[in-house]
Amino acid sequence: MRMRLPLEWIAALRFLGQGRVQTSFIIAGAAIGVAVIAFMSALLAGIQANTIRRSLLSQAHIVVRPAEEIARPLRLAGTEEATVQKRTQRVVSIDQWRKLRDEIRRMPGVSVASATVSGSAFAIRGEASKSVLLTGIEPEEYMRVVPVADKITSGSARLASTDVLVGSELAHDLGLRAGDKLRLVAPSGATAVLSVTGIFDLGSRGVNERNVYVALRTAQDLLDLPGGASRIEVTLDDIWEAEKVSRAIAAQASLQADSWIRTNEQFFLALRAQTIANYAIRFSVGVAVALGIASVLVVSVVQRSREIGILRAMGASRRQVMGIFLIQGGLVGLAGSFLGTFAASLLLAIWRSGIRNADGTPLFPVTLDPTFMAWAALAATVVGTGAAITAARRAANLDPVVAIRG
Amino acid sequence: MGEAVLRLEGVRKSYEAAEALRTEVLHGIDLTLAPGEFAALIGPSGSGKSTLLNLVGLLDRPSAGRVIVAGEDTAALDESGLTRLRGRSIGFVFQYHHLISAFSALENVMMPALIARGRPDDEMRDNAARLLESVGLARWSDQPVNRLSGGQQQRVAVARALAMRAPLVLADEPTGNLDTKSADGVFEVMRAVNIANGTAFLVVTHDPRLAARCDRVIELVDGVIVADAARDPGFSPGARRAGDGRESASTRS
Repeated sequence: MRMRLPLEWIAALRFLGQGRVQTSFIIAGAAIGVAVIAFMSALLAGIQANTIRRSLLSQAHIVVRPAEEIARPLRLAGTEEATVQKRTQRVVSIDQWRKLRDEIRRMPGVSVASATVSGSAFAIRGEASKSVLLTGIEPEEYMRVVPVADKITSGSARLASTDVLVGSELAHDLGLRAGDKLRLVAPSGATAVLSVTGIFDLGSRGVNERNVYVALRTAQDLLDLPGGASRIEVTLDDIWEAEKVSRAIAAQASLQADSWIRTNEQFFLALRAQTIANYAIRFSVGVAVALGIASVLVVSVVQRSREIGILRAMGASRRQVMGIFLIQGGLVGLAGSFLGTFAASLLLAIWRSGIRNADGTPLFPVTLDPTFMAWAALAATVVGTGAAITAARRAANLDPVVAIRG
Repeated sequence: MGEAVLRLEGVRKSYEAAEALRTEVLHGIDLTLAPGEFAALIGPSGSGKSTLLNLVGLLDRPSAGRVIVAGEDTAALDESGLTRLRGRSIGFVFQYHHLISAFSALENVMMPALIARGRPDDEMRDNAARLLESVGLARWSDQPVNRLSGGQQQRVAVARALAMRAPLVLADEPTGNLDTKSADGVFEVMRAVNIANGTAFLVVTHDPRLAARCDRVIELVDGVIVADAARDPGFSPGARRAGDGRESASTRS
């Protein structure tokens, strides 16, 4: 009582201090709950961030394409075609793509917009031939969408009009090394012989097998799209804005704009499901902790009913008595959250040191966000206080006469 | 002779288990306690002593009649008004001391003031230390109360009952749980306070030795006061306070 705390705080602290065993059990319970939540959330956030990062490594956040070509049957009076065949989709250029690209660049939330020409082609070397996805890029810009330059495993990312960058799988299949020549043949029959300046590894087998990067001009020539661009690839400051921005782009011009969320719907749904499962687990653990705190405090009210009665007889108001127990609940929650986040950071440290990739690098970064810790402390305090409501009301409603007579 | 610290007028109390089962425990009690009186309330078990004490202590309300504490008619007060009046005007000493075990002796004595004022302060602490000294427990003030003997604990309870300088202290079997020597110690302390401060005491007791040493004995049988007499034939509340009281206290000790 050296400190000048209000009565409710002094009594709450003393009661907790006196029931040391009970108090430490319930704080341990709360701490385990918080630790499980913190550890799981950090792990899941790490996994998700890592999966997203990996899968977005080789693709743009938004891909803008010309609108789909639709067959419009002529309608003559009295006659109607019985079947309307769907049109095949040709590689066509986006109308005024330079202007559009510059407009997209100026849109809020957009960090890079880069024009590409892409279509299928064959990569031929000697006897071997592979079907590839040929993409003509503006190297400077495109490297900021897909960081090919950072992922070059041999050679360099230099890309002049006679150069080509190939993936590691394709290089393996065709026996290519940096400096070798590679012949690309477009469906139209157009052919170009290019020299392999670099081999990249974008972390996905499919991408490494199929993607081939050339200069924009080269692709325009091969795919017979002189001066055109078939796609504008966009990266954003915030990947979760992709849907919003893609709708804004599509609304601006009669174009098709697909966000990564839409093109990777399955993947995205899986992430969603994971997040929901995490919330469900957090909620259940929170409820379990709250029930634990509540039951211990209710028992404590029964144990202390005489003391509560005497406090009431000495003039303590219902509010003061209630405050004593609410504060106990809050303090237990708060203490539990501190211990719990500490335990979680220990667990994460063990995780980081114990579980690594084959090459010894960390599997993915898992860290406890300081704001998460602040939220955990706040939430645990609120949950603890909430859990104490039943006990506090019981205490406040004790009839001093009955309580004192015991 | 100031205003009465306690006045009961036609107080009745009945309990109702069911509509048909209405039991009246107190049948119209009239009682006045003047400042500085030291009265014993005696009577057989079930006579209504505890019920009466609960009414006087504002822990319960009468079914009929008026309870006036320190000049304030309690019928007009709501729950929190009663709680405030109780905190200010009435000190309690119970049979089982009812100290709060999580606190030291000194802190227990500070408790009523702490409840009233919300936060501890130096004046509260000094006052509690003085009270503990007056009940002979200065040495034990920092001890947790459950390390003290039964008699010591009851003396702490007396000191606590006096912390708010309440004009009236209600004691329910204050020595019922103690050996003779400790009981005497507790009684001496209460008596000394009564004489020094003019605090009125109403002591419920089964102990005839204790009752015999009070100024006034009120006997309750089956919910009715059957006898109410000053123990000392020459006793009159107004005359006793300064002279006789001190003298008799010193001759006793």
